[in-house]
Amino acid sequence: MGALEAVILTIITASTPLLLAAVGELVVERSGVLNLGVEGMMVMGAVCGFAAAYTSGSPYLGIAAGITAGIGMSLLFAFLTQSLVSNQVATGLALTLLGLGLSGLIGEAFTGLPGVKLPKIWIPVLTDIPFIGPILFGQDILVYVSIALTIAVAHVLFKTRIGLVIRAVGGNHHSAHALGYNVIAVRYACIAFGGACAGLAGAYLSLAYTPQWIENMTAGRGWIALALVVFSTWLPRRLAIGAYLFGTVWIMGLYVQGLGIGIPSQFLSSLPYLVTIVALVVISGNRTLTKVNTPACIGQPFVPDR
Amino acid sequence: MTTKSVKTGTAASVDYLLEARNIVKKFGDFAANDDVTLKLVPGEIHALLGENGAGKSTLVKIIYGSLQPTSGELRWMDTVTVVANPAAARKLGIGMVFQHFSLFEALTVAENIALAMPDDVDLAELSDRIAKVSVEYGLPLEPTALVADLSVGERQRIEIVRCLLQEPRLLIMDEPTAVLTPQEADQLFVTLNRLAGEGCAVLYISHRLEEVKQLCHDATILRHGKVVAQVDPQKETAASLARLMVGADVHSIKAQKAAKAKSPVLEISDLSLPADGPFGVALKNIQLDVCEGEIVAIAGVAGNGQSEFFDVLSGERRCLTEDAVKISGAACGTAGVTARRQMSAAFVPEERLGHGAVPGFMLSENVILTRHSSDGGMARGGFINQTAARDINTRVTERFDVRKAKADPEARPLSGGNLQKFVVGRELDRNPKVLVVNQPTWGVDAGAAALIRQALIDLARSGACVLVISQDLDEIFEVSDRIAVISRGELSQAYPAGDLTLEQIGLMMAGAHETGGGQSREAVA
Repeated sequence: MGALEAVILTIITASTPLLLAAVGELVVERSGVLNLGVEGMMVMGAVCGFAAAYTSGSPYLGIAAGITAGIGMSLLFAFLTQSLVSNQVATGLALTLLGLGLSGLIGEAFTGLPGVKLPKIWIPVLTDIPFIGPILFGQDILVYVSIALTIAVAHVLFKTRIGLVIRAVGGNHHSAHALGYNVIAVRYACIAFGGACAGLAGAYLSLAYTPQWIENMTAGRGWIALALVVFSTWLPRRLAIGAYLFGTVWIMGLYVQGLGIGIPSQFLSSLPYLVTIVALVVISGNRTLTKVNTPACIGQPFVPDR
Repeated sequence: MTTKSVKTGTAASVDYLLEARNIVKKFGDFAANDDVTLKLVPGEIHALLGENGAGKSTLVKIIYGSLQPTSGELRWMDTVTVVANPAAARKLGIGMVFQHFSLFEALTVAENIALAMPDDVDLAELSDRIAKVSVEYGLPLEPTALVADLSVGERQRIEIVRCLLQEPRLLIMDEPTAVLTPQEADQLFVTLNRLAGEGCAVLYISHRLEEVKQLCHDATILRHGKVVAQVDPQKETAASLARLMVGADVHSIKAQKAAKAKSPVLEISDLSLPADGPFGVALKNIQLDVCEGEIVAIAGVAGNGQSEFFDVLSGERRCLTEDAVKISGAACGTAGVTARRQMSAAFVPEERLGHGAVPGFMLSENVILTRHSSDGGMARGGFINQTAARDINTRVTERFDVRKAKADPEARPLSGGNLQKFVVGRELDRNPKVLVVNQPTWGVDAGAAALIRQALIDLARSGACVLVISQDLDEIFEVSDRIAVISRGELSQAYPAGDLTLEQIGLMMAGAHETGGGQSREAVA
């Protein structure tokens, strides 16, 4: 395996959890809800995914458990913010704190245990092609899922009626309500989808990226996913570019550090943030397009009159 | 195609299309609707009249399924019907055009209409249907246009076409002409008459009594949640309808003519400002002088640059050049709100709750917010003199008859009319030399509106200069000495009020004076 091939493979595995978590949050925000609890849902997905996979020996059960944990956390958020109309920012932050604490508690028994690694797929002939084969046809299943999910979200949001309703609810919840749409129900569903994606992203970390449980192993990826959603101006295509750009610069930084070139490591660690922000600001330079794609009701509570 | 758009025939066998019987709707102890009965016949245009808070919106929301009545029943074609939600209402054939449009700015015309359709529709096919119906009813619309880019008149067309595509038997219109030019309103009346001719009933809510007389076959009048009369509007006068609505004669306004024009106090010259975002309006080379002792009114359809113009006059947005705005000869184009207030100018914004007053602040605290710098002693050395603020509040609320539950309540619970009286009175109490007021009586009942208009006239006659931005042409003719019209950020010359007719203003509102010379896209054959 050549050095370049190894770098590319690492970039893909580093970018995948970001893309998974961010594409879920994109749908949540498109429906007009700001869930700052991505980090908390992700870390719960990671610990529950690891625990289920370790106990059962099946990484696929682990994935299912991670998704379930993310949905559970997100439904708590949905209940508080949609049914009880609590403040979304405060509730989201609390969800992150809860997730970090609770995952530490659950994960205590699993710290340091060997994990169950999600296998990479292997297609006869195709995967055996040098260089291209392992990169295109030799990833684990979740890499393909993340890309398919991004394409599916883009299609549903902009080409189907369900997506139209989601955008309508996020753009003007009063009008959507007046037209007879159940704003709260649409938001519940979107929040749950976001939770599932965040849980899946967490499970990816503890099953594929580094198959073990370490406390706080999400290490801020949830926050990066949140930032990517905003900088992508809520467009799935840009989100994918942003996630992979971030992953690329990040991994390149690690390799450069390994080579011992005299660049301060702090600078290299901050580089992915800088590059991603600059790149996404440049591609979202069209202010009209940005304004049109920004969910106008984001973060605003909705209470129907009765 | 006609039969496809509007169902006819089936309605002929029943006496009433819709009966609302003994409707009561209570919010806590307050009865918004108290034993209201309303009967609609197929093919009639039925007016629903009443002041703000009379219960019109509540009744209409019940019919449209947005609210459920506390007691009473709805009968749709002689069958007792529970309208559970707006979707159910649309299924019955009830369409509604809202006063504040229920549109999505970031979506296209076709997407907006698709959202109101009961089933999934193909956007391309829907666009064809939109084009067909809009041609048939004289309501031109471009299905792929983004709503954010459309004028208010065009937005209303979307709402109407949206209803027409659902083959309505009853169309509810909530103050549809409030945002239209007179010509657009006439076009709307043609459409409504045609619908009525095809057997569709129209429930028409309006404040404008003249147009009710012109358009409607029947009228139900509400006051304090009760039906006070059902009359034939053709046989009434505007004055007699107003008396029924208010329950007393509306105080008429005394406007003496202004003395001969004197020196200008507020001078606006070569004022241009780029739009602040894709949904904003750019101001183009505005010229206007307002002299002491006169009231100049700015007419125009909503969203043509009125709020931008107000912001740049008040100093919430700064001009690019110092000289664009002068107060009493002193250039202040780049000065902020406080600096302009210190030059004896006062400003009343359009939105009273949230912009003119902080909802959660007491009235005396709201007094401090606009007057801390202009009235010496209100805030000295960083400390607030609450006694002075309370005194002002007492003075203002007494002089302007602001009705409130306690001496110094929060702004939030005050009704629209009472809060507007406070917000205007707070500034008038200073006896400013310059007053700029945006929509002084928007959504205010007739009694409060008369009081506010009289106060504006009195202020001008005492020597101040007053600039009124308004969309209400009756109000403009009532108070102003000179009238200018704003259209897409361009301001016409100011003409003496007596020299203009309603038709001329309507043409100017539609953009006839614009330097581009082009016919407005609003001008529809």
